[in-house]
Amino acid sequence: MSSVVVSSSREVDAASGGAHVEPARLQRPGEQLVTMLAPDGTRHPNPSLDHFVADLTPERLLALHEDLVTVRRIDTEGVALQRQGQLGLWPPLLGQEAAQVGSARALRSDDFVFTSYREHAVAYCRGIAIDTIMPMWRGTAASGWNPFEFGMAPPAIIIGAQTLHATGYAMGCAKDGVDSAAIAYFGDGATSQGDVNEAMVFAATYSAPVVFFCQNNHWAISEPVGLVARRPLADRAPGFGIPSMRVDGNDVIAVMAATRWALERARSGDGPSWIEAVTYRMGPHTTSDDPGRYVDPLEREEWAAKDPIDRLERHLEQLGVLGDAHRAAVKETADATAAAMRAACVSQPDPEALTLFDHVYTEPTAWLHRQRSQYEAYLAMFEGGEEA
Amino acid sequence: MTELTLASAITSGLRHALAEDDRVVIMGEDIGRLGGVFRVTDGLQRDFGADRVMDTPLAEAGILGTAVGLAYRGYRPVVEIQFDGFIYPAFDQIVAQVAKLHYRTRGVVRMPITVRVPYGGGIGAVEHHSESPEAYFTHTSGLRVVTCSNPQDAHWMVRQAVASDDPVIFFEPKRRYWVKGEVEDSMQSAPPLDSARVVMEGTDVTLVAYGPLVATAIDAAVAASDEGVSVEVVDLRSLSPVDFETVEASVRRTGRLVVTHEAQQFGGLGAEIATSVTERCFEHLHSAPVRVTGHDVPYPASRLEEHFLPDLDRLLDGIDRALSRVNSLTGWSAPEGRTA
Repeated sequence: MSSVVVSSSREVDAASGGAHVEPARLQRPGEQLVTMLAPDGTRHPNPSLDHFVADLTPERLLALHEDLVTVRRIDTEGVALQRQGQLGLWPPLLGQEAAQVGSARALRSDDFVFTSYREHAVAYCRGIAIDTIMPMWRGTAASGWNPFEFGMAPPAIIIGAQTLHATGYAMGCAKDGVDSAAIAYFGDGATSQGDVNEAMVFAATYSAPVVFFCQNNHWAISEPVGLVARRPLADRAPGFGIPSMRVDGNDVIAVMAATRWALERARSGDGPSWIEAVTYRMGPHTTSDDPGRYVDPLEREEWAAKDPIDRLERHLEQLGVLGDAHRAAVKETADATAAAMRAACVSQPDPEALTLFDHVYTEPTAWLHRQRSQYEAYLAMFEGGEEA
Repeated sequence: MTELTLASAITSGLRHALAEDDRVVIMGEDIGRLGGVFRVTDGLQRDFGADRVMDTPLAEAGILGTAVGLAYRGYRPVVEIQFDGFIYPAFDQIVAQVAKLHYRTRGVVRMPITVRVPYGGGIGAVEHHSESPEAYFTHTSGLRVVTCSNPQDAHWMVRQAVASDDPVIFFEPKRRYWVKGEVEDSMQSAPPLDSARVVMEGTDVTLVAYGPLVATAIDAAVAASDEGVSVEVVDLRSLSPVDFETVEASVRRTGRLVVTHEAQQFGGLGAEIATSVTERCFEHLHSAPVRVTGHDVPYPASRLEEHFLPDLDRLLDGIDRALSRVNSLTGWSAPEGRTA
């Protein structure tokens, strides 16, 4: 029996929600969890943040709706492809669509994105072709797209490592005198890593134009955020001298506003910012996980009621713009994307055996050249003599 | 030609690198105002500014991780790890990121990062200041690992390391920092970074050494010649990849191989070199390869380091073993029981 009392994630939420005052927090617009779009679809004015999303006309909101629906469809297809043996693994983003789309759509093309492995929606919003998202999950390559073409690094699997890369990239932006920014996506679990804490130290030291975007989805595989955080995660950043904001991660408008707030700071030379997007991982950690062993179904139900797509749809209905034509068009886009994803996936051939020796160094070494040649000779033994 | 210490030859190499390419930045702990604890970066911040020669927070993972980000942005970071034993916090970033990003992205993302590490013992230091961790890095695909043994190589090799588009772990033999030698600035005569060099020709035994032990190996060869034994000394210079062409050619001439390093024996460079040479030219070997290395214990307290580090006499004993002459193991037999 463990004598350690672990507060559940719900207790942490209760403790951190409401009106408690945290004088240590700097420059935070609003003391509470920032929600601009309530679960019932009501748009709450926010004097500190409204100007960041003043351009969100009904048309722009409909476009965000299309994004949210499409990335959920991509995610559903990813799970299905894994279940059918077409993908080795898939980490579902179900429930985190607004956190990813709202932040990614706030970025410019000259910004640079460093993510963890669950940010398929961010990749989609960066314009990355669906067929280049698949290889690392199918196992045909360690990564897909050209990072420099889309301003997005390959996903980092080592937890939190990418926050340092984002910080270093941002230090480079500052040296180059450009107003581009870097953004690091990571989860609540990553906040325990030394790399994340060191990234905050370096970002503050060099006033790097980086946005730390923490998706608190409440779970690090089976470990609830309450295991590692006795206070809201957003409270950590001010101790490093980094202003932070705690935002409703299922509210695409608030997420976009918060990200633009952070990006504006980065672009105007005010250095790093930290966003905690409070959301919920509605699916398993990955397709290999069994959340039935640790997730309280009641807690999941509570979060289902805060669904990011439902609430935007309610809002669009209140605005009177969610017509059948839009719904049909969105469904068509989402289905077409999923179909393209499936087609790209199943038609992707396994790479040639000897390509495993490519790109270890910028120029092949004599050592590797010899090893490759020996393996080639070994493979040649099977040619012609081997039954398929 | 100027006479420089090994340390100042590196300083001079870094100065050239900074002047020749404005994407080169130097990062590390105490490297700016102080000039580094060994003064290797002395004067560089004064001359190139704090934006290019950056004092960093005391966080090795942070240094390497931000260097990765700077490399993404097109910079060529040269980072200093203050002492060999301090590199382990950065191990994850080096092994999981720096070494793999080029492979992970199928050649799109380059990591032209140089990691300078003062290494090795013999200076009477406290724990964590005398280690030889090179094998951890030579075991990692995607890294180049090199070490210098004299001021001229130090100057040339650090410039080549910074210019390399691959990540390079650059081990500096700290107990030789104050050794002096003639250094020419021109890169014209510099051999390739991944080449070994025969520093003393001989016919009876090939003695492979690198870094701090090259000088010891030369001393041993001179001493052996007094006894009529001709030792060929190979300065490995590049620990990954190893220039087996040079090593193998030498062993084919001499028929005997002794490898020496300060690092522990088990799973070390000596094992790889002995095995690879055996595979390549077994029929030319007159005797089994011999390793003369640190013992398989943590680096000991400094009053014991003379018993850990290979020295002239231990090298001569190893040479005797290779030649099947009377040596310390003549008449020795393994202790009985499981402890053997």
